Amino acid sequence: MFDPIKEVTEQLNKLRETAETKGIDLSREIRHLELKLDRLEKDIYGNMKPWDRVQLARNPKRPTTLDYIHHMFPDFMELHGDRHGYDDAAIVSGLATFEGVPVTIIGHQRGRNTKENMKRNFGMPHPEGYRKALRFMKQAEKFNRPILTFIDTKGAYPGKAAEERGQSEAIARNLFEMATLKVPIVSVVIGEGGSGGALGIGVCDRLLMLENSTYSVISPEGAAALLWKDAKQAERAAETMKITAQDLFNLGIVDEVVGEVYGGAHVDVSLQSSLLKPVLLQHMNELLDLSTSQLIQGRATKYHQIGTISE
Amino acid sequence: MTAFFKKPKRYMPLRQREPKIDAPQGLMTKCPSCKYMHYTKQLNENHKVCDCGYHFPLHAQERIDMLVDEGSFERFAGPSVKANPLDFPDYEEKLSKDRERTGIEEAVVCGKATIDGLPLVVCVMDARFRMGSMGAYVGEAIASAVRRATSLRLPVVLFTASGGARMQEGMVSLMQMANTSIALKEHDEAGLLYIAYLTHPTTGGVSASFAMLGDLNVAEPGALIGFAGRRIIEQTIREKLPENFQTAEFLLESGQLDAVIHREQMRSFLKKMIGLHDGGVHHV
Ligand SMILES: [Zn+2]
Repeated sequence: MFDPIKEVTEQLNKLRETAETKGIDLSREIRHLELKLDRLEKDIYGNMKPWDRVQLARNPKRPTTLDYIHHMFPDFMELHGDRHGYDDAAIVSGLATFEGVPVTIIGHQRGRNTKENMKRNFGMPHPEGYRKALRFMKQAEKFNRPILTFIDTKGAYPGKAAEERGQSEAIARNLFEMATLKVPIVSVVIGEGGSGGALGIGVCDRLLMLENSTYSVISPEGAAALLWKDAKQAERAAETMKITAQDLFNLGIVDEVVGEVYGGAHVDVSLQSSLLKPVLLQHMNELLDLSTSQLIQGRATKYHQIGTISE
Repeated sequence: MTAFFKKPKRYMPLRQREPKIDAPQGLMTKCPSCKYMHYTKQLNENHKVCDCGYHFPLHAQERIDMLVDEGSFERFAGPSVKANPLDFPDYEEKLSKDRERTGIEEAVVCGKATIDGLPLVVCVMDARFRMGSMGAYVGEAIASAVRRATSLRLPVVLFTASGGARMQEGMVSLMQMANTSIALKEHDEAGLLYIAYLTHPTTGGVSASFAMLGDLNVAEPGALIGFAGRRIIEQTIREKLPENFQTAEFLLESGQLDAVIHREQMRSFLKKMIGLHDGGVHHV
Protein backbone atom coordinates (compact mmCIF):
# COMPACT_ATOMS: atom_id res chain seq x y z
CA MET A 1 0.00 0.00 0.00
CA PHE A 2 1.12 3.51 -0.84
CA ASP A 3 1.38 5.43 2.42
CA PRO A 4 1.33 9.17 1.73
CA ILE A 5 2.42 10.12 5.24
CA LYS A 6 5.42 7.84 5.15
CA GLU A 7 6.21 9.04 1.65
CA VAL A 8 6.14 12.72 2.56
CA THR A 9 8.15 12.11 5.73
CA GLU A 10 10.83 10.39 3.69
CA GLN A 11 10.85 13.14 1.08
CA LEU A 12 11.12 15.72 3.83
CA ASN A 13 14.04 13.95 5.47
CA LYS A 14 15.79 13.63 2.15
CA LEU A 15 15.33 17.31 1.39
CA ARG A 16 16.60 18.37 4.80
CA GLU A 17 19.63 16.16 4.36
CA THR A 18 20.33 17.53 0.87
CA ALA A 19 19.94 21.10 2.08
CA GLU A 20 22.38 20.45 4.90
CA THR A 21 25.03 18.40 3.09
CA LYS A 22 25.03 20.40 -0.13
CA GLY A 23 24.26 23.77 1.40
CA ILE A 24 21.40 24.46 -1.05
CA ASP A 25 18.47 26.64 -0.09
CA LEU A 26 15.48 24.32 -0.17
CA SER A 27 13.48 26.16 2.45
CA ARG A 28 10.51 26.65 0.14
CA GLU A 29 10.26 22.96 -0.70
CA ILE A 30 10.82 21.97 2.90
CA ARG A 31 8.13 24.32 4.14
CA HIS A 32 5.72 22.92 1.59
CA LEU A 33 6.33 19.39 2.72
CA GLU A 34 6.04 20.32 6.37
CA LEU A 35 2.68 21.92 5.73
CA LYS A 36 1.59 18.96 3.69
CA LEU A 37 2.64 16.48 6.31
CA ASP A 38 0.80 18.47 8.91
CA ARG A 39 -2.40 18.33 6.89
CA LEU A 40 -1.96 14.69 6.06
CA GLU A 41 -1.66 13.87 9.69
CA LYS A 42 -4.83 15.76 10.37
CA ASP A 43 -6.35 13.44 7.77
CA ILE A 44 -7.63 16.25 5.62
CA TYR A 45 -6.22 14.76 2.45
CA GLY A 46 -7.26 11.30 3.43
CA ASN A 47 -10.89 12.31 3.28
CA MET A 48 -10.79 13.41 -0.32
CA LYS A 49 -13.29 11.44 -2.37
CA PRO A 50 -12.48 10.15 -5.88
CA TRP A 51 -15.04 12.60 -7.24
CA ASP A 52 -13.13 15.51 -5.63
CA ARG A 53 -10.03 14.35 -7.43
CA VAL A 54 -11.94 14.12 -10.72
CA GLN A 55 -12.80 17.80 -10.25
CA LEU A 56 -9.17 18.67 -9.59
CA ALA A 57 -7.99 16.65 -12.59
CA ARG A 58 -10.45 18.60 -14.75
CA ASN A 59 -9.68 22.00 -13.32
CA PRO A 60 -9.12 24.23 -16.38
CA LYS A 61 -6.21 25.84 -14.55
CA ARG A 62 -4.48 22.52 -14.06
CA PRO A 63 -0.95 22.59 -15.51
CA THR A 64 -0.61 21.13 -18.99
CA THR A 65 2.21 19.18 -20.60
CA LEU A 66 3.86 22.37 -21.90
CA ASP A 67 3.73 23.89 -18.39
CA TYR A 68 5.71 21.00 -16.97
CA ILE A 69 8.07 21.01 -19.93
CA HIS A 70 8.65 24.73 -19.37
CA HIS A 71 9.62 24.15 -15.75
CA MET A 72 11.52 20.91 -16.09
CA PHE A 73 13.21 21.06 -19.49
CA PRO A 74 14.45 24.59 -20.19
CA ASP A 75 16.20 23.57 -23.42
CA PHE A 76 13.14 21.81 -24.88
CA MET A 77 12.81 22.16 -28.63
CA GLU A 78 9.37 21.37 -30.04
CA LEU A 79 9.37 19.45 -33.33
CA HIS A 80 6.37 18.95 -35.54
CA GLY A 81 4.49 16.79 -37.97
CA ASP A 82 3.57 13.24 -38.90
CA ARG A 83 5.20 13.51 -42.38
CA HIS A 84 1.92 12.38 -43.94
CA GLY A 85 0.22 15.74 -44.22
CA TYR A 86 -0.66 16.67 -40.67
CA ASP A 87 0.64 18.23 -37.50
CA ASP A 88 -1.85 17.45 -34.73
CA ALA A 89 -1.59 20.21 -32.11
CA ALA A 90 -3.28 17.96 -29.52
CA ILE A 91 0.07 16.20 -29.23
CA VAL A 92 3.34 18.01 -28.51
CA SER A 93 6.65 16.36 -29.16
CA GLY A 94 10.25 17.36 -29.06
CA LEU A 95 13.72 16.97 -27.65
CA ALA A 96 15.43 18.13 -24.51
CA THR A 97 18.13 17.15 -22.08
CA PHE A 98 17.12 15.83 -18.69
CA GLU A 99 19.97 16.20 -16.20
CA GLY A 100 22.40 15.76 -19.05
CA VAL A 101 20.58 12.90 -20.78
CA PRO A 102 19.01 13.59 -24.19
CA VAL A 103 15.34 12.62 -24.08
CA THR A 104 12.33 12.56 -26.38
CA ILE A 105 9.24 14.12 -24.85
CA ILE A 106 5.71 13.43 -26.08
CA GLY A 107 2.51 14.60 -24.46
CA HIS A 108 -1.15 15.40 -24.93
CA GLN A 109 -1.67 19.14 -25.01
CA ARG A 110 -4.87 20.80 -23.85
CA GLY A 111 -5.47 24.49 -24.36
CA ARG A 112 -5.41 26.82 -21.39
CA ASN A 113 -8.25 28.93 -22.80
CA THR A 114 -10.95 28.68 -25.45
CA LYS A 115 -8.79 29.96 -28.26
CA GLU A 116 -6.00 27.55 -27.43
CA ASN A 117 -8.48 24.73 -27.04
CA MET A 118 -9.76 25.31 -30.55
CA LYS A 119 -6.24 24.87 -31.81
CA ARG A 120 -5.46 21.95 -29.50
CA ASN A 121 -8.83 20.27 -29.99
CA PHE A 122 -9.14 20.08 -26.17
CA GLY A 123 -6.17 17.74 -26.09
CA MET A 124 -8.07 15.07 -28.01
CA PRO A 125 -5.83 13.71 -30.78
CA HIS A 126 -6.78 12.60 -34.27
CA PRO A 127 -5.02 9.58 -35.78
CA GLU A 128 -2.26 11.83 -37.09
CA GLY A 129 -1.43 12.85 -33.52
CA TYR A 130 -0.66 9.23 -32.70
CA ARG A 131 1.29 8.84 -35.93
CA LYS A 132 3.32 11.93 -35.13
CA ALA A 133 4.01 10.52 -31.67
CA LEU A 134 5.10 7.23 -33.23
CA ARG A 135 7.49 9.00 -35.55
CA PHE A 136 9.22 10.57 -32.57
CA MET A 137 9.26 7.30 -30.65
CA LYS A 138 10.97 5.48 -33.52
CA GLN A 139 13.42 8.35 -33.80
CA ALA A 140 14.15 8.11 -30.07
CA GLU A 141 14.84 4.41 -30.54
CA LYS A 142 17.19 5.08 -33.42
CA PHE A 143 19.20 7.58 -31.40
CA ASN A 144 18.94 5.63 -28.16
CA ARG A 145 17.10 8.30 -26.19
CA PRO A 146 14.70 7.53 -23.32
CA ILE A 147 11.10 8.58 -23.93
CA LEU A 148 9.04 10.55 -21.44
CA THR A 149 5.31 10.83 -22.11
CA PHE A 150 2.80 13.13 -20.43
CA ILE A 151 -0.75 11.82 -20.42
CA ASP A 152 -3.52 14.38 -20.29
CA THR A 153 -6.55 13.72 -22.47
CA LYS A 154 -10.24 12.99 -22.15
CA GLY A 155 -9.68 10.53 -24.97
CA ALA A 156 -8.92 10.20 -28.65
CA TYR A 157 -11.22 12.48 -30.63
CA PRO A 158 -14.53 10.80 -31.53
CA GLY A 159 -15.05 12.44 -34.91
CA LYS A 160 -15.99 11.45 -38.44
CA ALA A 161 -12.64 12.35 -39.99
CA ALA A 162 -10.82 10.61 -37.16
CA GLU A 163 -12.66 7.37 -37.91
CA GLU A 164 -12.13 7.72 -41.65
CA ARG A 165 -8.41 8.18 -41.17
CA GLY A 166 -8.14 5.18 -38.86
CA GLN A 167 -8.27 6.23 -35.22
CA SER A 168 -8.36 2.58 -34.17
CA GLU A 169 -5.43 1.65 -36.34
CA ALA A 170 -3.33 4.61 -35.22
CA ILE A 171 -3.75 3.77 -31.54
CA ALA A 172 -3.29 0.04 -32.10
CA ARG A 173 -0.12 0.67 -34.10
CA ASN A 174 1.38 2.67 -31.24
CA LEU A 175 0.65 -0.04 -28.68
CA PHE A 176 2.23 -2.55 -31.04
CA GLU A 177 5.35 -0.51 -31.73
CA MET A 178 5.83 0.65 -28.14
CA ALA A 179 5.81 -3.00 -27.09
CA THR A 180 9.37 -3.57 -28.21
CA LEU A 181 10.92 -0.11 -28.41
CA LYS A 182 14.50 -0.57 -27.30
CA VAL A 183 14.61 2.51 -25.08
CA PRO A 184 13.11 3.22 -21.64
CA ILE A 185 9.63 4.73 -21.60
CA VAL A 186 8.35 6.55 -18.51
CA SER A 187 4.79 7.87 -18.61
CA VAL A 188 3.15 10.22 -16.18
CA VAL A 189 -0.55 10.99 -15.97
CA ILE A 190 -0.82 14.69 -15.13
CA GLY A 191 -4.57 15.27 -15.55
CA GLU A 192 -7.18 13.01 -17.06
CA GLY A 193 -6.08 9.76 -18.64
CA GLY A 194 -8.92 8.87 -20.98
CA SER A 195 -8.96 5.29 -22.22
CA GLY A 196 -7.30 4.19 -25.48
CA GLY A 197 -6.55 7.79 -26.34
CA ALA A 198 -4.30 7.94 -23.29
CA LEU A 199 -2.79 4.50 -23.74
CA GLY A 200 -1.86 5.40 -27.33
CA ILE A 201 1.18 7.20 -25.90
CA GLY A 202 1.17 5.35 -22.59
CA VAL A 203 2.62 1.85 -23.04
CA CYS A 204 5.62 2.17 -20.76
CA ASP A 205 8.12 0.65 -18.38
CA ARG A 206 7.07 2.86 -15.47
CA LEU A 207 3.71 4.52 -15.02
CA LEU A 208 3.50 7.47 -12.66
CA MET A 209 0.41 9.42 -11.70
CA LEU A 210 0.03 12.75 -10.01
CA GLU A 211 -1.95 12.34 -6.82
CA ASN A 212 -5.09 14.03 -8.16
CA SER A 213 -5.00 12.74 -11.69
CA THR A 214 -7.31 10.02 -12.97
CA TYR A 215 -6.93 7.21 -15.49
CA SER A 216 -9.98 5.35 -16.68
CA VAL A 217 -11.43 3.20 -19.41
CA ILE A 218 -14.42 5.54 -19.64
CA SER A 219 -15.40 8.81 -17.96
CA PRO A 220 -17.36 8.44 -14.70
CA GLU A 221 -20.36 9.98 -16.47
CA GLY A 222 -20.07 7.51 -19.32
CA ALA A 223 -19.68 4.59 -16.96
CA ALA A 224 -22.72 5.65 -14.96
CA ALA A 225 -24.81 5.96 -18.11
CA LEU A 226 -23.72 2.54 -19.35
CA LEU A 227 -23.85 0.64 -16.10
CA TRP A 228 -26.78 2.25 -14.33
CA LYS A 229 -28.46 4.14 -17.17
CA ASP A 230 -28.00 7.33 -15.18
CA ALA A 231 -25.21 9.82 -15.85
CA LYS A 232 -25.96 11.48 -12.51
CA GLN A 233 -24.39 8.51 -10.75
CA ALA A 234 -20.98 9.69 -11.93
CA GLU A 235 -19.82 10.27 -8.39
CA ARG A 236 -20.55 6.65 -7.52
CA ALA A 237 -18.87 5.48 -10.75
CA ALA A 238 -15.73 7.45 -9.87
CA GLU A 239 -15.43 5.23 -6.79
CA THR A 240 -16.53 1.90 -8.23
CA MET A 241 -14.41 2.17 -11.37
CA LYS A 242 -11.19 2.72 -9.37
CA ILE A 243 -9.72 5.57 -11.38
CA THR A 244 -7.63 7.48 -8.84
CA ALA A 245 -3.86 7.30 -8.60
CA GLN A 246 -4.12 5.59 -5.23
CA ASP A 247 -6.65 2.99 -6.44
CA LEU A 248 -4.54 2.21 -9.49
CA PHE A 249 -1.43 1.94 -7.38
CA ASN A 250 -3.23 -0.61 -5.22
CA LEU A 251 -4.25 -2.52 -8.35
CA GLY A 252 -0.61 -2.75 -9.43
CA ILE A 253 -1.15 -0.67 -12.55
CA VAL A 254 0.66 2.47 -11.36
CA ASP A 255 4.26 2.26 -10.19
CA GLU A 256 4.40 5.47 -8.18
CA VAL A 257 2.04 8.18 -7.04
CA VAL A 258 3.58 11.63 -7.15
CA GLY A 259 2.36 13.89 -4.36
CA GLU A 260 0.69 17.16 -5.29
CA VAL A 261 0.95 20.64 -3.93
CA TYR A 262 -1.72 21.19 -1.32
CA GLY A 263 -4.92 22.23 -3.07
CA GLY A 264 -3.82 20.67 -6.36
CA ALA A 265 -1.04 21.04 -8.92
CA HIS A 266 -2.46 24.30 -10.30
CA VAL A 267 -1.76 26.13 -7.05
CA ASP A 268 1.97 26.21 -7.77
CA VAL A 269 3.21 24.77 -11.07
CA SER A 270 6.81 25.48 -10.33
CA LEU A 271 6.68 23.69 -7.01
CA GLN A 272 4.70 20.84 -8.56
CA SER A 273 7.37 20.47 -11.22
CA SER A 274 10.04 20.28 -8.57
CA LEU A 275 8.06 17.49 -6.87
CA LEU A 276 7.67 15.55 -10.12
CA LYS A 277 11.14 16.01 -11.53
CA PRO A 278 13.16 13.87 -9.08
CA VAL A 279 10.64 11.01 -9.31
CA LEU A 280 10.73 11.03 -13.09
CA LEU A 281 14.50 11.20 -13.05
CA GLN A 282 14.84 8.34 -10.60
CA HIS A 283 12.67 6.01 -12.68
CA MET A 284 14.43 6.94 -15.88
CA ASN A 285 17.83 6.34 -14.32
CA GLU A 286 16.78 2.96 -12.94
CA LEU A 287 15.66 1.94 -16.41
CA LEU A 288 18.88 3.16 -18.00
CA ASP A 289 20.70 0.52 -15.96
CA LEU A 290 18.78 -2.30 -17.65
CA SER A 291 19.83 -4.12 -20.79
CA THR A 292 17.56 -3.89 -23.84
CA SER A 293 16.27 -7.42 -23.36
CA GLN A 294 15.59 -6.85 -19.66
CA LEU A 295 13.73 -3.70 -20.59
CA ILE A 296 11.53 -5.30 -23.24
CA GLN A 297 10.92 -8.44 -21.19
CA GLY A 298 10.06 -6.32 -18.17
CA ARG A 299 7.56 -4.33 -20.21
CA ALA A 300 5.82 -7.48 -21.41
CA THR A 301 5.71 -8.87 -17.87
CA LYS A 302 4.32 -5.62 -16.48
CA TYR A 303 1.22 -5.83 -18.68
CA HIS A 304 0.90 -9.60 -18.40
CA GLN A 305 0.80 -9.39 -14.60
CA ILE A 306 -1.97 -6.82 -14.31
CA GLY A 307 -4.86 -9.21 -14.88
CA THR A 308 -3.31 -12.54 -14.00
CA ILE A 309 -2.89 -14.44 -10.79
CA SER A 310 0.81 -14.85 -10.15
CA GLU A 311 1.91 -18.47 -10.14
CA MET B 1 -29.59 -25.99 -49.98
CA THR B 2 -32.29 -25.69 -52.61
CA ALA B 3 -32.90 -22.54 -54.55
CA PHE B 4 -36.46 -22.55 -53.31
CA PHE B 5 -35.57 -21.47 -49.80
CA LYS B 6 -33.03 -18.96 -50.98
CA LYS B 7 -35.69 -16.82 -52.60
CA PRO B 8 -36.36 -13.49 -50.91
CA LYS B 9 -39.48 -13.13 -48.82
CA ARG B 10 -41.73 -11.53 -51.40
CA TYR B 11 -42.13 -14.87 -53.14
CA MET B 12 -43.26 -16.63 -50.00
CA PRO B 13 -45.64 -14.42 -48.10
CA LEU B 14 -47.45 -17.25 -46.34
CA ARG B 15 -44.44 -19.04 -44.94
CA GLN B 16 -43.49 -15.98 -42.97
CA ARG B 17 -46.37 -16.22 -40.61
CA GLU B 18 -47.01 -19.95 -40.51
CA PRO B 19 -44.10 -21.11 -38.38
CA LYS B 20 -44.61 -18.48 -35.72
CA ILE B 21 -47.81 -20.18 -34.69
CA ASP B 22 -46.94 -23.81 -34.35
CA ALA B 23 -43.26 -24.33 -35.07
CA PRO B 24 -41.11 -25.37 -32.15
CA GLN B 25 -38.83 -22.59 -31.05
CA GLY B 26 -35.68 -22.32 -33.09
CA LEU B 27 -37.04 -24.13 -36.11
CA MET B 28 -37.34 -20.88 -37.99
CA THR B 29 -35.06 -17.86 -38.02
CA LYS B 30 -36.01 -14.46 -39.32
CA CYS B 31 -33.46 -12.35 -41.16
CA PRO B 32 -33.28 -9.01 -39.34
CA SER B 33 -32.27 -7.30 -42.58
CA CYS B 34 -34.77 -8.48 -45.18
CA LYS B 35 -37.23 -10.15 -42.76
CA TYR B 36 -37.20 -13.40 -44.71
CA MET B 37 -38.13 -16.39 -42.59
CA HIS B 38 -35.55 -19.17 -42.89
CA TYR B 39 -35.65 -22.75 -41.81
CA THR B 40 -32.89 -22.65 -39.23
CA LYS B 41 -31.42 -25.92 -40.42
CA GLN B 42 -31.10 -24.65 -43.95
CA LEU B 43 -29.75 -21.32 -42.81
CA ASN B 44 -27.07 -23.19 -40.90
CA GLU B 45 -26.18 -25.19 -43.99
CA ASN B 46 -25.77 -21.89 -45.80
CA HIS B 47 -23.08 -20.62 -43.36
CA LYS B 48 -25.81 -18.67 -41.56
CA VAL B 49 -25.87 -16.13 -44.36
CA CYS B 50 -29.13 -14.86 -45.83
CA ASP B 51 -29.57 -14.45 -49.58
CA CYS B 52 -29.82 -10.72 -49.01
CA GLY B 53 -26.20 -10.86 -47.82
CA TYR B 54 -26.89 -10.52 -44.12
CA HIS B 55 -24.36 -12.47 -42.05
CA PHE B 56 -25.92 -13.82 -38.88
CA PRO B 57 -23.60 -13.67 -35.87
CA LEU B 58 -21.89 -16.98 -35.13
CA HIS B 59 -21.21 -18.58 -31.79
CA ALA B 60 -17.50 -19.24 -31.31
CA GLN B 61 -17.99 -22.98 -31.66
CA GLU B 62 -20.08 -22.63 -34.82
CA ARG B 63 -17.30 -20.56 -36.37
CA ILE B 64 -14.69 -23.13 -35.41
CA ASP B 65 -16.77 -26.02 -36.78
CA MET B 66 -17.31 -24.15 -40.02
CA LEU B 67 -13.63 -23.31 -40.42
CA VAL B 68 -11.26 -26.02 -39.29
CA ASP B 69 -10.75 -29.66 -40.24
CA GLU B 70 -13.17 -31.88 -38.42
CA GLY B 71 -11.79 -33.08 -35.12
CA SER B 72 -8.64 -30.97 -35.42
CA PHE B 73 -9.47 -28.31 -32.86
CA GLU B 74 -7.62 -28.58 -29.56
CA ARG B 75 -8.90 -25.95 -27.18
CA PHE B 76 -6.34 -24.20 -24.97
CA ALA B 77 -7.18 -24.13 -21.28
CA GLY B 78 -8.37 -20.72 -20.02
CA PRO B 79 -5.85 -18.43 -18.30
CA SER B 80 -5.59 -17.90 -14.54
CA VAL B 81 -6.92 -14.41 -14.08
CA LYS B 82 -8.36 -12.30 -11.31
CA ALA B 83 -12.08 -13.01 -11.45
CA ASN B 84 -13.22 -9.61 -10.23
CA PRO B 85 -10.22 -7.29 -10.06
CA LEU B 86 -12.16 -4.17 -9.03
CA ASP B 87 -14.50 -6.03 -6.64
CA PHE B 88 -17.26 -4.70 -8.82
CA PRO B 89 -20.71 -5.29 -7.31
CA ASP B 90 -22.70 -8.17 -8.89
CA TYR B 91 -20.05 -8.77 -11.54
CA GLU B 92 -19.38 -12.39 -10.69
CA GLU B 93 -23.10 -13.19 -10.77
CA LYS B 94 -23.30 -11.67 -14.24
CA LEU B 95 -20.38 -13.82 -15.36
CA SER B 96 -21.88 -17.05 -14.08
CA LYS B 97 -25.22 -16.22 -15.69
CA ASP B 98 -23.50 -15.73 -19.04
CA ARG B 99 -21.57 -18.96 -18.54
CA GLU B 100 -24.80 -20.82 -17.96
CA ARG B 101 -26.58 -19.17 -20.86
CA THR B 102 -23.82 -19.61 -23.45
CA GLY B 103 -22.06 -22.75 -22.27
CA ILE B 104 -18.67 -21.09 -22.75
CA GLU B 105 -16.20 -19.99 -20.12
CA GLU B 106 -15.68 -16.45 -21.37
CA ALA B 107 -15.97 -14.23 -24.44
CA VAL B 108 -13.18 -15.89 -26.41
CA VAL B 109 -12.33 -19.47 -27.34
CA CYS B 110 -8.73 -20.21 -28.36
CA GLY B 111 -6.99 -23.30 -29.62
CA LYS B 112 -4.89 -25.05 -32.21
CA ALA B 113 -6.36 -26.58 -35.35
CA THR B 114 -5.75 -27.29 -39.02
CA ILE B 115 -7.39 -25.98 -42.19
CA ASP B 116 -6.98 -28.55 -44.93
CA GLY B 117 -3.98 -29.85 -43.07
CA LEU B 118 -2.38 -26.43 -42.49
CA PRO B 119 -1.82 -25.86 -38.77
CA LEU B 120 -2.75 -22.58 -37.09
CA VAL B 121 -3.76 -21.03 -33.80
CA VAL B 122 -7.29 -19.71 -33.93
CA CYS B 123 -9.05 -17.41 -31.45
CA VAL B 124 -12.74 -16.72 -31.81
CA MET B 125 -14.63 -14.12 -29.81
CA ASP B 126 -18.25 -14.70 -28.92
CA ALA B 127 -20.41 -11.60 -28.63
CA ARG B 128 -23.08 -13.45 -26.65
CA PHE B 129 -20.84 -13.36 -23.60
CA ARG B 130 -20.89 -9.87 -22.02
CA MET B 131 -21.15 -8.44 -25.56
CA GLY B 132 -17.75 -9.90 -26.31
CA SER B 133 -16.14 -7.29 -24.10
CA MET B 134 -12.48 -7.64 -23.14
CA GLY B 135 -11.43 -8.10 -19.55
CA ALA B 136 -8.44 -9.87 -18.08
CA TYR B 137 -9.64 -13.30 -19.27
CA VAL B 138 -10.12 -12.29 -22.89
CA GLY B 139 -6.89 -10.28 -22.98
CA GLU B 140 -4.76 -12.90 -21.35
CA ALA B 141 -6.34 -15.81 -23.27
CA ILE B 142 -5.50 -14.07 -26.53
CA ALA B 143 -2.02 -13.00 -25.39
CA SER B 144 -1.12 -16.50 -24.26
CA ALA B 145 -2.59 -18.14 -27.38
CA VAL B 146 -0.49 -15.78 -29.50
CA ARG B 147 2.61 -16.60 -27.44
CA ARG B 148 1.98 -20.31 -27.97
CA ALA B 149 1.71 -19.65 -31.67
CA THR B 150 5.03 -17.83 -31.53
CA SER B 151 6.79 -20.71 -29.82
CA LEU B 152 5.14 -23.28 -32.14
CA ARG B 153 5.88 -21.01 -35.14
CA LEU B 154 2.26 -21.00 -36.26
CA PRO B 155 0.08 -18.37 -37.89
CA VAL B 156 -2.70 -16.79 -35.84
CA VAL B 157 -6.20 -16.08 -37.08
CA LEU B 158 -8.26 -14.04 -34.65
CA PHE B 159 -11.97 -13.47 -35.15
CA THR B 160 -13.05 -10.34 -33.32
CA ALA B 161 -16.58 -9.67 -32.09
CA SER B 162 -16.60 -7.20 -29.27
CA GLY B 163 -18.19 -4.08 -27.89
CA GLY B 164 -14.79 -3.06 -26.49
CA ALA B 165 -13.65 -2.82 -22.89
CA ARG B 166 -15.26 -4.79 -20.05
CA MET B 167 -16.63 -1.94 -17.93
CA GLN B 168 -16.60 -3.96 -14.72
CA GLU B 169 -12.87 -4.49 -14.99
CA GLY B 170 -12.05 -0.83 -15.57
CA MET B 171 -8.36 -0.13 -16.08
CA VAL B 172 -7.48 -3.83 -15.89
CA SER B 173 -9.53 -4.12 -19.05
CA LEU B 174 -7.81 -1.16 -20.74
CA MET B 175 -4.40 -2.62 -20.00
CA GLN B 176 -5.34 -5.75 -21.97
CA MET B 177 -5.02 -3.63 -25.10
CA ALA B 178 -1.32 -3.35 -24.31
CA ASN B 179 -1.02 -6.95 -23.13
CA THR B 180 -2.41 -8.37 -26.38
CA SER B 181 -0.52 -5.92 -28.60
CA ILE B 182 2.78 -6.85 -26.96
CA ALA B 183 2.19 -10.56 -27.57
CA LEU B 184 1.33 -9.83 -31.20
CA LYS B 185 4.49 -7.77 -31.64
CA GLU B 186 6.58 -10.71 -30.44
CA HIS B 187 4.76 -12.94 -32.94
CA ASP B 188 5.37 -10.35 -35.64
CA GLU B 189 9.08 -10.11 -34.88
CA ALA B 190 9.29 -13.89 -35.22
CA GLY B 191 8.22 -13.39 -38.84
CA LEU B 192 4.87 -15.11 -38.44
CA LEU B 193 1.52 -14.41 -40.06
CA TYR B 194 -1.34 -12.81 -38.15
CA ILE B 195 -4.74 -12.36 -39.74
CA ALA B 196 -7.24 -10.16 -37.92
CA TYR B 197 -10.69 -11.26 -39.03
CA LEU B 198 -13.23 -8.64 -37.99
CA THR B 199 -16.84 -9.66 -37.49
CA HIS B 200 -19.86 -7.79 -36.23
CA PRO B 201 -19.35 -5.81 -34.02
CA THR B 202 -15.71 -4.76 -33.50
CA THR B 203 -15.51 -1.49 -31.60
CA GLY B 204 -13.72 0.48 -28.89
CA GLY B 205 -10.64 -0.97 -27.24
CA VAL B 206 -10.70 -4.15 -29.29
CA SER B 207 -10.79 -2.23 -32.58
CA ALA B 208 -7.94 -0.05 -31.26
CA SER B 209 -5.71 -2.99 -30.47
CA PHE B 210 -5.51 -6.52 -31.90
CA ALA B 211 -8.30 -6.04 -34.45
CA MET B 212 -6.16 -3.61 -36.46
CA LEU B 213 -2.78 -5.27 -36.11
CA GLY B 214 -2.97 -8.03 -38.66
CA ASP B 215 -0.59 -8.52 -41.55
CA LEU B 216 -3.99 -8.80 -43.13
CA ASN B 217 -7.06 -7.13 -41.68
CA VAL B 218 -10.22 -8.53 -43.23
CA ALA B 219 -13.88 -8.33 -42.30
CA GLU B 220 -17.23 -9.96 -42.85
CA PRO B 221 -19.75 -8.01 -44.96
CA GLY B 222 -21.81 -5.49 -43.05
CA ALA B 223 -19.78 -5.77 -39.84
CA LEU B 224 -19.80 -2.66 -37.66
CA ILE B 225 -16.20 -1.60 -37.06
CA GLY B 226 -15.08 1.58 -35.33
CA PHE B 227 -13.35 3.23 -32.44
CA ALA B 228 -16.01 5.59 -31.11
CA GLY B 229 -19.73 4.90 -30.97
CA ARG B 230 -21.97 6.38 -33.63
CA ARG B 231 -24.06 8.36 -31.14
CA ILE B 232 -21.01 9.91 -29.46
CA ILE B 233 -19.62 11.00 -32.82
CA GLU B 234 -22.93 12.51 -33.88
CA GLN B 235 -23.18 14.40 -30.61
CA THR B 236 -19.60 15.62 -30.91
CA ILE B 237 -19.66 16.82 -34.51
CA ARG B 238 -23.36 17.74 -34.47
CA GLU B 239 -24.20 16.12 -37.77
CA LYS B 240 -25.83 12.94 -39.01
CA LEU B 241 -23.42 10.25 -40.15
CA PRO B 242 -23.98 8.42 -43.43
CA GLU B 243 -25.88 5.13 -43.21
CA ASN B 244 -22.86 2.98 -44.13
CA PHE B 245 -20.49 4.76 -41.70
CA GLN B 246 -18.26 2.31 -39.80
CA THR B 247 -19.32 -0.69 -41.87
CA ALA B 248 -16.77 -3.13 -43.23
CA GLU B 249 -17.43 -1.78 -46.73
CA PHE B 250 -16.83 1.80 -45.53
CA LEU B 251 -13.52 0.78 -43.97
CA LEU B 252 -12.49 -0.99 -47.14
CA GLU B 253 -13.11 2.22 -49.09
CA SER B 254 -11.13 4.31 -46.62
CA GLY B 255 -8.14 2.03 -46.92
CA GLN B 256 -8.32 0.32 -43.55
CA LEU B 257 -9.08 -3.24 -44.60
CA ASP B 258 -7.42 -5.60 -47.04
CA ALA B 259 -10.65 -7.25 -48.06
CA VAL B 260 -14.25 -7.94 -47.17
CA ILE B 261 -14.84 -11.67 -47.38
CA HIS B 262 -18.19 -13.39 -47.77
CA ARG B 263 -18.51 -16.14 -45.20
CA GLU B 264 -18.82 -18.76 -47.93
CA GLN B 265 -15.21 -17.93 -48.86
CA MET B 266 -13.85 -17.75 -45.30
CA ARG B 267 -12.24 -21.16 -45.26
CA SER B 268 -10.84 -21.06 -48.78
CA PHE B 269 -9.54 -17.52 -48.27
CA LEU B 270 -7.70 -18.43 -45.08
CA LYS B 271 -6.31 -21.61 -46.57
CA LYS B 272 -4.99 -19.66 -49.53
CA MET B 273 -3.50 -16.87 -47.42
CA ILE B 274 -1.81 -19.20 -44.96
CA GLY B 275 -0.36 -21.10 -47.89
CA LEU B 276 0.89 -17.93 -49.59
CA HIS B 277 2.62 -16.74 -46.44
CA ASP B 278 4.35 -20.01 -45.79
CA GLY B 279 8.00 -19.41 -46.46
CA GLY B 280 8.49 -17.18 -49.45
CA VAL B 281 11.06 -17.89 -52.09
CA HIS B 282 13.84 -15.42 -51.49
CA HIS B 283 16.43 -17.17 -49.35
CA VAL B 284 19.21 -14.97 -48.16
ZN1 LIG C 1 -31.92 -11.32 -45.37
